[in-house]
Amino acid sequence: MISADLNIILPEIVLAVYAMLALVGAVYTGKDKLASALLWGTAGLFVLVAFWIGTVGTPGSTAFDGMFIDDGFARFAKVTILLAAAAVLLMSEGYMSARGLLRFEYPLLVALAAVGMMMMVSAGNLMSLYMGLELQSLSLYVVAALRRDSVKSTEAGLKYFVLGALSSGLLLYGCSLIYGYAGTTDFAGIIAATSDGHLSVGLLIGLVLLISGLAFKVSAVPFHMWTPDVYQGSPTPVTAFFATAPKVAAMGLFARVMFDAFGGATHDWGQVVALLSVLSMFYGAVAAIGQTDIKRLMAYSSIAHMGFALMGLAAGSELGVQAMLIYMAIYVTMNVGTFAFILSMERDGQPVTDIEALGMYSKREPGKALAMLVLLFSLAGVPPLVGFFGKFYVLRAAYEANMAWLAIAGVIASVIGAFYYLRIVYYMYFGEDRADALDGGKSPVLWGFLMASAVIMVVGVVNLFGIEGAAQAAAATLVN
Amino acid sequence: MIELEHYLTVAAVLFVIGIFGLFLNRKNVIILLMSIELMLLAVNINLVAFSTHLGDLTGQVFTLFVLTVAAAEAAIGLAILVCFFRNRGTIAVEDVNVMKG
Repeated sequence: MISADLNIILPEIVLAVYAMLALVGAVYTGKDKLASALLWGTAGLFVLVAFWIGTVGTPGSTAFDGMFIDDGFARFAKVTILLAAAAVLLMSEGYMSARGLLRFEYPLLVALAAVGMMMMVSAGNLMSLYMGLELQSLSLYVVAALRRDSVKSTEAGLKYFVLGALSSGLLLYGCSLIYGYAGTTDFAGIIAATSDGHLSVGLLIGLVLLISGLAFKVSAVPFHMWTPDVYQGSPTPVTAFFATAPKVAAMGLFARVMFDAFGGATHDWGQVVALLSVLSMFYGAVAAIGQTDIKRLMAYSSIAHMGFALMGLAAGSELGVQAMLIYMAIYVTMNVGTFAFILSMERDGQPVTDIEALGMYSKREPGKALAMLVLLFSLAGVPPLVGFFGKFYVLRAAYEANMAWLAIAGVIASVIGAFYYLRIVYYMYFGEDRADALDGGKSPVLWGFLMASAVIMVVGVVNLFGIEGAAQAAAATLVN
Repeated sequence: MIELEHYLTVAAVLFVIGIFGLFLNRKNVIILLMSIELMLLAVNINLVAFSTHLGDLTGQVFTLFVLTVAAAEAAIGLAILVCFFRNRGTIAVEDVNVMKG
């Protein structure tokens, strides 16, 4: 019995044991001298585990009395998370070692956060949900404050910690009410207790608090206030990490709880999620307009994108979950490329995040400027790039779930949002040519990720690399 | 006789005090950490009360997990706070304002 259970969570165990052994090993031997090797090792292990999860064994089993669910949905999310985390780790190395930031804790904290994220998307019980969420959050608080000697970085860590702990508190209070009124913490038990489609007041309050806590983690308006400061203050590779894997995990967890535990009450939470979605899309699009710092701008951009992903969830259908998964996979790919570009923005070896510094970038680096142009158009959702298809799927899901108003709001918000992406393009191609221009940024790794991401945005329009079918299969295992 | 409602009321009051402590306090970040702890402990009261009421041990197991995580959370919070103090020389809440927007 126990060996079968352990077999199911073997990927998580391997990663966790690796992180702990490497931590002890690094502390007793080389410390930061090993950092580079550990970073490559961790990224390699992520890729291996992603392939392992994606190919070996058949999904559809549960372990530890339903605490841990290993279904197609979890596997899709895990592969996305691990590949995104590996990409971000590889992109970090140059930036961090050039600034003396490459400590051995960084890859190991990312590995532990990844274990937490894998637990989150596989959670089948309020307890495993909470433990996964906290493992991820606690690791992320520390990496946000990784640059110990910088006021901005420690302030970002502090803000993230305080607001993250508040959201965990709300989520836990919701969990305690759900436990009290449903009589169980098991998702299968909760859905049985609510099978008549009617939620008691206690359960409803618990559900709303739970949604608030999760909305914090996906940075949906009105629980977004930490996002811009944390994105701006953290070291850029850490920002890149925040913008990719944890977002996928939080959306996966959101969908997991809503469908597995409250699938019988789609109408009750559908409206709440739709409201979060509309607010996020509009706030993200409008508030980004006046930003001059590109990391801060990416924070508002991610708020808006989460709004679109939540739209798929709000639809409350299999099509909606499929659209959400496709959207998240595309979003992560775009963000990896965009952050590869941001990481390469530097002047005399110092990182630059000012948007105006990009004036006439296209003259000096036509290739990179073009790739960034493609990515920004894709982020804005301009057809025929891949980003457009992500938006198209969620809009269709909302429309078919009789939420035409939500789909129309989404279209309007994406038109507003296009403005600030195009503003960056404007600076790159028609801006002022300044004397203190950016250096080229010579890192071949960043160049590779930027180009690969841009090429995917163009070539992917043919068949989205088959992600559509995979997402459909994954969604089918969650919604039934 | 003390019923379930009494426990829930105490927990709710503590939780709300915790939230107000987070938002109204302008003085000291340590008070924020205390407020967070208060919120988590309110949840624990809830869980134990429900657990006894339902005659089900799950809630108490959950409480143990929450206590453990709360300890880890406090440790990390204080560590970040120490780093912040070294850079900024203050832990007043109104001085956590380098970034705005």
